[in-house]
Amino acid sequence: MSRVFFLLILREARLLARRPAELANPLVFFAIVIALFPLAVGPETQMLRTLSPGLIWVAALLAVLLSLENLFRSDFEDGSLEQWVVSPHPLTVLVLAKVFAHWLFSGLALVLLSPVLAIMLGLPADRVPILLASLLLGTPILSLLGAVGAALTVGLKRGGILLALLILPLYIPVLILGSGVLQAALQGLPTLGYLLWMASLMMLTITFTPFAIAAGLKISVGE
Amino acid sequence: MNESIFAFNSFAEFIAMGKHGFYVWVCFGITIAALVLNVALPWLARRRYLNQEARRLRWEAMQ
Amino acid sequence: MKWTWFHRLGSPKWFYELSGRWLPWFAVATVLLIATGLVWGLAIAPPDYQQGNSFRIIYIHVPASFLAQSIYISLAIAGVVGLVWKMKIADVALQQSAPIGAWMAFISLLTGAIWGKPTWGAYWVWDARLTAMLILLFLYFGVIALGQAISNRDSAAKACAVLSIVGVVNIPIIKYSVDWWNTLHQPATFSVIEKPAMPVEMWVPLLIMVLGFYCFFTTVLLMRMRLEILRREAKTSWVKAEVTRLVGKKHE
Repeated sequence: MSRVFFLLILREARLLARRPAELANPLVFFAIVIALFPLAVGPETQMLRTLSPGLIWVAALLAVLLSLENLFRSDFEDGSLEQWVVSPHPLTVLVLAKVFAHWLFSGLALVLLSPVLAIMLGLPADRVPILLASLLLGTPILSLLGAVGAALTVGLKRGGILLALLILPLYIPVLILGSGVLQAALQGLPTLGYLLWMASLMMLTITFTPFAIAAGLKISVGE
Repeated sequence: MNESIFAFNSFAEFIAMGKHGFYVWVCFGITIAALVLNVALPWLARRRYLNQEARRLRWEAMQ
Repeated sequence: MKWTWFHRLGSPKWFYELSGRWLPWFAVATVLLIATGLVWGLAIAPPDYQQGNSFRIIYIHVPASFLAQSIYISLAIAGVVGLVWKMKIADVALQQSAPIGAWMAFISLLTGAIWGKPTWGAYWVWDARLTAMLILLFLYFGVIALGQAISNRDSAAKACAVLSIVGVVNIPIIKYSVDWWNTLHQPATFSVIEKPAMPVEMWVPLLIMVLGFYCFFTTVLLMRMRLEILRREAKTSWVKAEVTRLVGKKHE
């Protein structure tokens, strides 16, 4: 089973390598959204620094959501999804591999870009490790929850906005925790507790969402 | 005993709700309207559907 | 333990006949309970020591809030029943309950906001309860939108079932995190809407209104489910007979 897991990840890697633009889009989106805020509210450093935890997280959240819309779409269209549903391998494992690969190539990229953007928003450099930790723990949760929505809407023609509507309420706890960690860090308060909460939320999500994603795929394919 | 069970001494006072009349009556008004709407719409939809369906069945019977 | 009633509920015809017998009782109960609750709450209950007469909004806000939360849980239960036992009635119950739940969440938000003005001075405050109710309203919109977006009726029902179950698991997490978020950002504590010890003259009408709202939900849900059953089973002979009978009575 782990062989299948790794083979799938390799497959995703190869597919993504053929379309590098698909990788870059969420990153550019992330950067543009963050750039919009100083333009909208003014460049005053103190204010931006105070807002930066929330801004980074909202922008990251939206970027992940954007990249997830097409998570299953090409597989749905060329029939691979049907093969997955009827294959002897448990769908939950296949799904976990697919989402992990997606996170590896887009979520992780967001995490790596975030320090640059955070510093542009006035985040002090010594807080960057906390930022990275919170995003590293949070973006898998975002990917997994978003995959539930993607699985349910993959068969729909204009599923993008619907996907956002379905998933954004579910993102709220991660958003609160993630930006809460950063705000605590900004104020010099201890952050380990929040990070542990995020880690446990991540474990919970990894354990349960594959079942929901698999159920959603079966419904979409069965149409 | 001059005490009535009502909390207000006159109808005018009842409507005024001690300066909070606007808030109380807007809330109750919108809610009652929403409740009535939620009952009326299915009822009307059922009537409309029954008439349509009966017409369709009669037409079918004639074929 | 006799489960036959459970499996019989799966038959649309049986459900239709049973609900037809129960519906008038629920309707009467609704009207009586809500009318009594309204009169009692509006005119008889004494004004609150701190909030004056604006506290009377509690007689709508609390029932609506309870209903909004209970209905979402019932969505998830109906979802499980529909997915596990493949009962179409559960599918119908889920999709017909969702709009009612959304209305309840909306009423809770509206009354909560309007109540906020005389109490806290602002129409909207991002306190834990209102914010969580707003998120619940979004969750309802999601279920409703998903149900309408999928054209295949059974797939739509299954998708809504999955979404409701995912949502209901998330609700405790959302409530917990919103509560925590609230304590982070609001150093000043807002007074709790329900006083810890409410005198009898104040909570009895509240109980009556809560029961009245539950009866209201049952009444409207049964009405909506019955119409949906007539639509779904339109090709069966019992429905054709029922339609002809109902319309025929009107032409007499």
